[in-house]
Amino acid sequence: MTNYHLQENLAVSDSGFLFHASTGETFTVNETGKTIIKLLQQKKEKDEIFSQLVNEFDIEAGLLEKDYEDFINQLKNFSLIEVK
Amino acid sequence: MNIAVTGLNATDNPGPGIPVIRSLKEQKKFSGKITGLIYDSLEPGIYMDDMVDNYYLIPYPSSGLDNLMERISYIHKKEKLDLIIPTLDSELYGFVKLQPKLEALGIRTFLPTLEQLNIRGKDKLFDFCKANNINVPKNILIQSQRDLEKIEKQFKFPVVVKGIFYEAYIAQSFEEVLPYFNKLKSKWGYPIIIQEYIKGDEYNVVALGDGNGGTTGAVAMRKLYITDKGKGWAGITIKENTLIDMAHQIIEKTKWCSGLELEFMKSKETGEFYLLEINPRLPAWVYLAPQAGQNLPAALVKLAFGKKVKPFTTYEIGKIFVRCSWDLITDIKKFETIATLGEW
Repeated sequence: MTNYHLQENLAVSDSGFLFHASTGETFTVNETGKTIIKLLQQKKEKDEIFSQLVNEFDIEAGLLEKDYEDFINQLKNFSLIEVK
Repeated sequence: MNIAVTGLNATDNPGPGIPVIRSLKEQKKFSGKITGLIYDSLEPGIYMDDMVDNYYLIPYPSSGLDNLMERISYIHKKEKLDLIIPTLDSELYGFVKLQPKLEALGIRTFLPTLEQLNIRGKDKLFDFCKANNINVPKNILIQSQRDLEKIEKQFKFPVVVKGIFYEAYIAQSFEEVLPYFNKLKSKWGYPIIIQEYIKGDEYNVVALGDGNGGTTGAVAMRKLYITDKGKGWAGITIKENTLIDMAHQIIEKTKWCSGLELEFMKSKETGEFYLLEINPRLPAWVYLAPQAGQNLPAALVKLAFGKKVKPFTTYEIGKIFVRCSWDLITDIKKFETIATLGEW
């Protein structure tokens, strides 16, 4: 399974505000995005992340895979994540 | 203690004078006087409350060093200056040359040498970086119109066309180079610098060298908002050890004596930092440094008085500066006095 690793020096506030301390870039994410990022910071595997998202949010399991990959691709585009 | 500071032009292209003064005044034990040295009776800094205790017009650098020295001698007789902190690029060569005369009067400075100033000149920086394994955009010096043909052979477009002292333009094609070349040639003379264009994001470091190769402090910042003049109007302190290490390396190699600002571009293509410029004085955003934990202007004053300063090693990450435009209302008396008498 592909593992994603968030960049070091990425701070996430409770309001979903991201600050990349190395580049000075800032971003905002919604509740779902914030949850994914916090779980990635805890180095959770994809199936654990999916399980928590389905439990916490009103998410259709069938759409989750695509939405998750879209979000991960956005994080990659902003160089916030690396594939290990 | 009476410290004279220049660069009170707090305009849309602000000088570093007011941020330096604010930094000095925020030290707990500061009880000295500040004398503002100004070139124009409408420099906004002199109208700001509680910034300067008195101020004097001084002649522009172009009017010659003798005039400047004569004026400073006059001011010194009245105010007993202990230290002068020049903060503008254009006046640094003059003050460096006047150092022995100022010292003879008992006025201290903490300035780079002429050799150090020359190393970071736009025509010399490339060689300095190459000799010290510092990434730097490729550049060539154009000494005549005939040299222009080198551009198409050696560069991919776009390229940056820079004047020897100030101004830079991005040219997308050879045809676009020509008007910029002519404009810069007539304004600043030869050489014109043609520089590889690095696409990416701009980062800056403010640092203080102790004159013996040691770095007293260094703070890295990313500009968050840039005006149409290319000036940072907001910025945030960042944690990027590569930039701080490069600042240490540059200060060690040059034995830099004074404040300086390093301008870097982080290439989108390679992710590496390229040194664009070394500005030989504290920058206008220096007030961010003390607010993040490194009062570099205060440390500069201590070094100028021969005191030992324990180097700063950390600073607060995520500290933001945001500039503001603010209309000051003042009485005509102040303007009248400075315009007629040249002092207040």
